[in-house]
Amino acid sequence: MADLRINLAGIESPNPFWLASAPPTNTGYQVQRAFEAGWGGAVWKTLGEPIINTSSRFAAVHFGGQRVAGFNNIELITDRPLEVNLKEIYETKKRFPKHALVASLMVEPKRDKWHEIVKRVEAIGVDGLELNFGCPHGMAERGMGAASGQQPDLVERQTFWVKEVAATPVIVKLTPNITDITVTARHAVMGGADAISLINTINSLAGVDLDTWNTIPHVGGKGAHGGYCGPAVKPIALNMVAECARHPQVGVPISGIGGISSWQDAVEFMLMGATGVQICTAAMHHGFRIVEEMIDGLNNYLDDKGLSSVTELVGQSVPRYSEWGNLDLNYAVVARINTETCINCNKCHIACEDTSHQCIERHTDSDGKPYLKVREEDCVGCNLCSIVCPVDGAIDMVEVPAKLPAMTWNERQRALALLDAQSSEAEVG
Amino acid sequence: MCGHKTVTTISPDAFARNFSEAVPGLTRKAAAEEANRCLYCYDAPCIKACPTGINIPSFIKRIATGNLKGAATTILDSNPVGASCARVCPTEELCEGACVLNDASEPIRIGLLQRYATDWAMESGKALFRAGPSNGKKVAVIGGGPAGLSAARELARDGFSVVIYEARERAGGLDTYGIVSFRLPQRVSLWEAEQVEKLGVEIRTGVKVGEDVPVSELLDDYDAVVLAAGMGYVPGLGIEGEELDGVFDAIRFVEATKDRGGSLPALAGARVAVIGAGNTAVDAATCSVRLGADNVKMVYRRTKEEMTAYEFEYEFAKQEGVEFGWLTAPKRIIGDETGKVTHLECIKMELSGEAGKDGRRLPVPIEGSEFRMPADAVILAIGQTRHQKLIDSLGIEHNRGVVLIDEETRRTSHPKIYAAGDIVFGAGGGEAMVVSAAEQGKRAAHAISRALAPRVESEAV
Ligand SMILES: Cc1cc2nc3c(=O)[nH]c(=O)nc-3n(C[C@H](O)[C@H](O)[C@H](O)COP(=O)(O)OP(=O)(O)OC[C@H]3O[C@@H](n4cnc5c(N)ncnc54)[C@H](O)[C@@H]3O)c2cc1C
Ligand SMILES: Cc1cc2nc3c(=O)[nH]c(=O)nc-3n(C[C@H](O)[C@H](O)[C@H](O)COP(=O)(O)O)c2cc1C
Ligand code: SF4
Repeated sequence: MADLRINLAGIESPNPFWLASAPPTNTGYQVQRAFEAGWGGAVWKTLGEPIINTSSRFAAVHFGGQRVAGFNNIELITDRPLEVNLKEIYETKKRFPKHALVASLMVEPKRDKWHEIVKRVEAIGVDGLELNFGCPHGMAERGMGAASGQQPDLVERQTFWVKEVAATPVIVKLTPNITDITVTARHAVMGGADAISLINTINSLAGVDLDTWNTIPHVGGKGAHGGYCGPAVKPIALNMVAECARHPQVGVPISGIGGISSWQDAVEFMLMGATGVQICTAAMHHGFRIVEEMIDGLNNYLDDKGLSSVTELVGQSVPRYSEWGNLDLNYAVVARINTETCINCNKCHIACEDTSHQCIERHTDSDGKPYLKVREEDCVGCNLCSIVCPVDGAIDMVEVPAKLPAMTWNERQRALALLDAQSSEAEVG
Repeated sequence: MCGHKTVTTISPDAFARNFSEAVPGLTRKAAAEEANRCLYCYDAPCIKACPTGINIPSFIKRIATGNLKGAATTILDSNPVGASCARVCPTEELCEGACVLNDASEPIRIGLLQRYATDWAMESGKALFRAGPSNGKKVAVIGGGPAGLSAARELARDGFSVVIYEARERAGGLDTYGIVSFRLPQRVSLWEAEQVEKLGVEIRTGVKVGEDVPVSELLDDYDAVVLAAGMGYVPGLGIEGEELDGVFDAIRFVEATKDRGGSLPALAGARVAVIGAGNTAVDAATCSVRLGADNVKMVYRRTKEEMTAYEFEYEFAKQEGVEFGWLTAPKRIIGDETGKVTHLECIKMELSGEAGKDGRRLPVPIEGSEFRMPADAVILAIGQTRHQKLIDSLGIEHNRGVVLIDEETRRTSHPKIYAAGDIVFGAGGGEAMVVSAAEQGKRAAHAISRALAPRVESEAV
């Protein structure tokens, strides 16, 4: 059994699975239940000036019979008085000294406000702070959350104010509602952040009711954009984590968040540079017990890989993530269909025929049985057929020998520039 | 005038074909789809419906997330014979019957998913459990069937040194010798026995307690004894002609198709009458079909309503072409001059208004309704005998061969002897199933742990 302990910028936890700041971490009762169930850490529901929430807050997107492919909310930060939260944080930490307990904070972008809350929260005893610059609704209207998270200078300045007084590690939680997340990440680091966490939720509208024409969700017939999370946002979050992980000027530990619902998702985030992960929707969908299967799956995976510590995963795939310009233009794969495994649904054929490169041919063998065959010389190796194929192992994407030596777009541009320069020299000379 | 039909033995090829597992396992795709259909209910009714309390939603989630080792561990942790159970449990009555999706759509195919995960464990060869650190105590287990194996596995995990005494050549009990191969191949139960052995349990096969080793020796040499000897063969009907050539005991009959050494009953082309309508009778009947019988008829003195076989077994038998003679009681078996069975003489019955001891209406014969059914073989499947002799030699209390135990301590009237499985079933004491035998074995083991080696709850502070 591998060692699952992690240390994120000085915050230690028995395993990499933390609950994200959200309804699951609203109270001491909940966080203590979560720790009992096996969660390694929790980021408390964001503290600040108590707010008023609306009734009807959540909505979900169900896809193809699976519930909660994505989750949407218009909930704000904690609606409970700070003193109550602090008392429960104290009690929770006392009962679970080895678990990571982080306080999420959000106040107006004023130096004294930040100083005040940091001091009060640290006085009670937490393992770290997470600055919520991400909430995309409600708080933004008050100049907080995403409103400040979208302005790199505000992120930097507020982080700096916090660091002026903070004694525990400071994690800055980033909003994905921005063009280039590495910009805010860098500013957080310039402000002194010890770590970053991402992503918060993505601006969204879950749906419109076809009968009533109301938004989903609606509050008495009116709707407002919410924040999207759950499995659907995972690829977006994974990219943002990877972009930060490979950016030389970010360089701080990352707490990965966004759509993680299994141990496999967690491993992907860690391979892409996250030191640990945070989870909200999966817990809301299934309860705290879901962590049991995550821990067991992670353990067995590490054993299979012969790894003795989960930390050995962190960042392993980051060097393989680059820019498009660095990809070898002459590397080639083609699709190959295994006739024995193929169930003849013809999905690949029509996908290629109508929407790709028209190279999957329909044939009939001598017994009159239909089969499909890829005309490999025309196949561009786009993967589409293998994506739409419903059967494991019916279509393999196989590497074929490159016709030309490896060359990336960047190398090609450099070569062309060199040629240009030579020819213009020749012209001059 | 209706003499013998020529009956032969089916070819080895046909045997191999007919007796290989009838229900195919799930493909990877089917398993993934089915696992993702599971709702992962909280406090799920399927868990409660499983006699061994397997955490079903959890093992299914593990399948859904590609953690087959975790899935198999979850199953086998609760049920040491979970691979056999995946195949022979009446899941409609148990886990799948309790699935909340029964009314909403289709219940999750829990049995098949369980088989998918345990098949992985069998193929991977990975060790899933470890023996506990030795506690210096020794336990003898009489009988290596599901109950005995389950008790031994749990005892070994708790640090006991365990020896199983098994009368047969191989362990597994009825899983190995009694349940037809096309439902439960022998390799499955033998694998389960092997897993128990891997925890350091010694299985002494070919040793019959009471004959090859005296009961007193066990009581002297061990700190506790688990009696898990199951039941015996089929009792005689007490009618004329039972000694004729062509009359079989259903359990021995099935056994002959499972035992590598034995020769197969020659039934190809035969007309077979099976007497009884329980699980064993169904197994014997379908087995006969697969041995090539022309016509197989189950003869039962009550009606379909009273039959003890499960609905799925009845459906399976019908599908296999088995016919049913309800309200028909055997009177005598008739043979020819060479001693071979030719007919079964029966009498028609009707249900009286009176209820018997078990609450079922009593069948009574209709006078003068005797008739002869041509038959080349008659298979008796009217229950199982009790290990009276063994029980007597242990000197423990019983009710007509059903060993009595205390629910809480799992102990018999002898303070050193615990009991589990078929040997304590009957006389209102539950249903004889592999899964309940496994659970009882577990409970006996845990009771022994509690009594002999109470675990230190926490380290001193
Ligand atoms: C034909 C048939 C079909 C069945 N089908 C199903 C089914 O589909 N599903 C289901 O759940 N259940 C089924 N059952 C019932 C199930 O097999 C039993 O309930 C279960 O095997 C009981 O387990 P056990 O360990 O108590 O006894 P057994 O499986 O009978 O094992 C007892 C073991 O003790 C050994 N033994 C006996 N005496 C001694 C001795 N003196 N010394 C040493 N060893 C001894 C025996 O050789 C045997 O190996 C079926 C039973 C039969 C007969
Ligand atoms: C109902 C709800 C409320 C949330 N509230 C907060 C919050 O108060 N503070 C915060 O930092 N993030 C909040 N989040 C965002 C989550 O912490 C997390 O970043 C996001 O849900 C993505 O993770 P997931 O896909 O695992 O749910 C909230 C999310 C949801 C669904
Ligand atoms: S989950 Fe249902 S019952 Fe619970 S607060 Fe929400 S709406 Fe009410």
